[in-house]
Amino acid sequence: MTDAAAPAPASGTTSATPAKSAPRRLPLKPGEASGGARFFAGLLVIGYALIAMIPLVWIFATSFKSPPDSIAYPPEVIFEPTLEGYVNLFTSRTRQTAEYIESLGPPQTWYEELVRKRNMVISGPSRFADRYWNSVVIGFGSTFLAVFLGTLAAYAFSRFKVPLKDDLMFFILSTRMMPPIAVAIPIYLMYRELGLSDTAAGMILLYTAVNLSLSVWLLKGFVDEIPREYEEAAVVDGYTRLQAFRKVILPQMRAGIAATAIFCLIFAWNEYAFALLLTSGEAQTAPPFIPIIIGEGGLDWPAVAAGTTLFLLPVVIFTVLLRNQLLRGITFGAVRK
Amino acid sequence: MTEQTMSTPAPQQRTATAPGLTGRLRGLSDRAIAWLFIGPTMLLLLAINIFPLIWTVYLSFTNYRANQPGREVKWVGTRNYERLLGSEDIWGYLQATAHFVVWTMLLQVILGLGLALLINRGFRTASFWTTLILIPMMLSPAVVGTFWTYIFQPQTGIFSYIIDWFAGTGALDMIGAPHLAPWTIVIVDTWMWTPYIMLLCLAGLRSIPPYLYEAAEIDRANALQKFWYITLPRVLPFLMLAVLFRGIENFKMFDMVVELTSGGPGSVTELASINLKREAFENWKTGYSSAFAIILFVTVFGLGNIYVKALNRVKS
Repeated sequence: MTDAAAPAPASGTTSATPAKSAPRRLPLKPGEASGGARFFAGLLVIGYALIAMIPLVWIFATSFKSPPDSIAYPPEVIFEPTLEGYVNLFTSRTRQTAEYIESLGPPQTWYEELVRKRNMVISGPSRFADRYWNSVVIGFGSTFLAVFLGTLAAYAFSRFKVPLKDDLMFFILSTRMMPPIAVAIPIYLMYRELGLSDTAAGMILLYTAVNLSLSVWLLKGFVDEIPREYEEAAVVDGYTRLQAFRKVILPQMRAGIAATAIFCLIFAWNEYAFALLLTSGEAQTAPPFIPIIIGEGGLDWPAVAAGTTLFLLPVVIFTVLLRNQLLRGITFGAVRK
Repeated sequence: MTEQTMSTPAPQQRTATAPGLTGRLRGLSDRAIAWLFIGPTMLLLLAINIFPLIWTVYLSFTNYRANQPGREVKWVGTRNYERLLGSEDIWGYLQATAHFVVWTMLLQVILGLGLALLINRGFRTASFWTTLILIPMMLSPAVVGTFWTYIFQPQTGIFSYIIDWFAGTGALDMIGAPHLAPWTIVIVDTWMWTPYIMLLCLAGLRSIPPYLYEAAEIDRANALQKFWYITLPRVLPFLMLAVLFRGIENFKMFDMVVELTSGGPGSVTELASINLKREAFENWKTGYSSAFAIILFVTVFGLGNIYVKALNRVKS
């Protein structure tokens, strides 16, 4: 529990090598967890991690099952992998008679072959690719705006005397606390008046506003960490305030801006309530779409699983990349390790 | 803003350089820059948060229905609020919400603190497993709710199968059975957000200087005393912060539960936000649901105030 125990988790590296030898050779201090206790603790944590991973691994596996395999009893752990789920996710299909399919001649592509085995013919692309693309556009658009505005505001809050600074900062954070459904009623009406409902621009503005609280608070933490002396030296060298901001502070903030951007992107990517209420045909993002991927006779589980996998994978990758900044991100920059 | 720019004589003195935008920006006073930098953020927040909020307050005193824009809007005073507070159903939804909040927080504190204490012992490869554990909390709640419905399928789902294999319970209809559904949403939320509590507890544990334990050792304190007098007081502010934030979030819970149970069966998992959405966007009782929204908002805002105070305390 004391310093010898700290390096492995605190360093935050995924590889075990740096921690391998150091803690072992140190003599045990009184009261420190012994090797046996540490081993037991490790066993419990690994057990929890493995159990927590079951649902994710299961959904990943389901995306490679055929529809009958996905609803087999008992649940199938070993199965013949197929890409049917992914094909069904990206196409819409119609059922046809055997004679009709016969008359079409041999299938041109591997995915057509896969579909025809189920007596179906591909009638066109599904809307999934559009929805996914909407998520990308709205995610990146709102992230760019939130980080851009957030950087400016964070710099001003960190460096200048702003009247009522604490109150303004509190106001900004309090917007994060609002229940989305409560705000959605007037926003729905407002967007209807302004012609912004079901448009990417409307969603980008909305997500920017929601993300601003996080971006201002997080980025202010990052600016606070840059010593004021850097700018003061630059100003002495003849830079104006704005030049000092652009040429001295911004480059120093790069890592912080990147981390903040990823947090904003993940939020916009994951958001559901506003997307459900304010978009339908045009600007709908993936989260409200994935649950309604219907196959014949109910939900097409392999296709849902395939959509889920493709949707969650980027977030999982970003989470791993961001693991050392997570704590900061979830506490609006207040806790920094 | 203009007034502040004028109050500084600096711009006039450097007219020698090229005018243009950069020329004008160069001479801006700190104060002008501050407002220029903060202004857009404030404007956007006012437009998308405060203005709608004021509109909601207004609507909550009317009988407006958003699906009938042509209808005459009547001022009904506090009737919406009276109807809300007098309604038996609302208390039922609030009870379902309370059940959800209390149990998720209790389970997540036990699991999260436990995991943090174990991880803090520092076994090999701990950081790898910690990262794995953190993944669920970053995922989209609605999509999480969707794929858990697959896992909870009564006949073919893997959850029911595993529980049956260990405990012989038979097929469990976690989503369809009224006595199980409230626990279903608790299980999924706990799966998703235990890492959040764990991460903050870890931060608390790491903030404890080792010499405190060394001093306790000299005083011959036992493990329980050390936990009670050193560990717990140091971790508690972090734990409070985590519980407050997650408590507020779960009080507002919408997306995950909508996809998982959509309030059913009956209304046993009809949380406050889910009912609000139903009244506002399915029954189109805009005025009435605005009043509901205001009541929720006031509650959340009160709790949020406490959260920010806790946040500032942990910071210092």
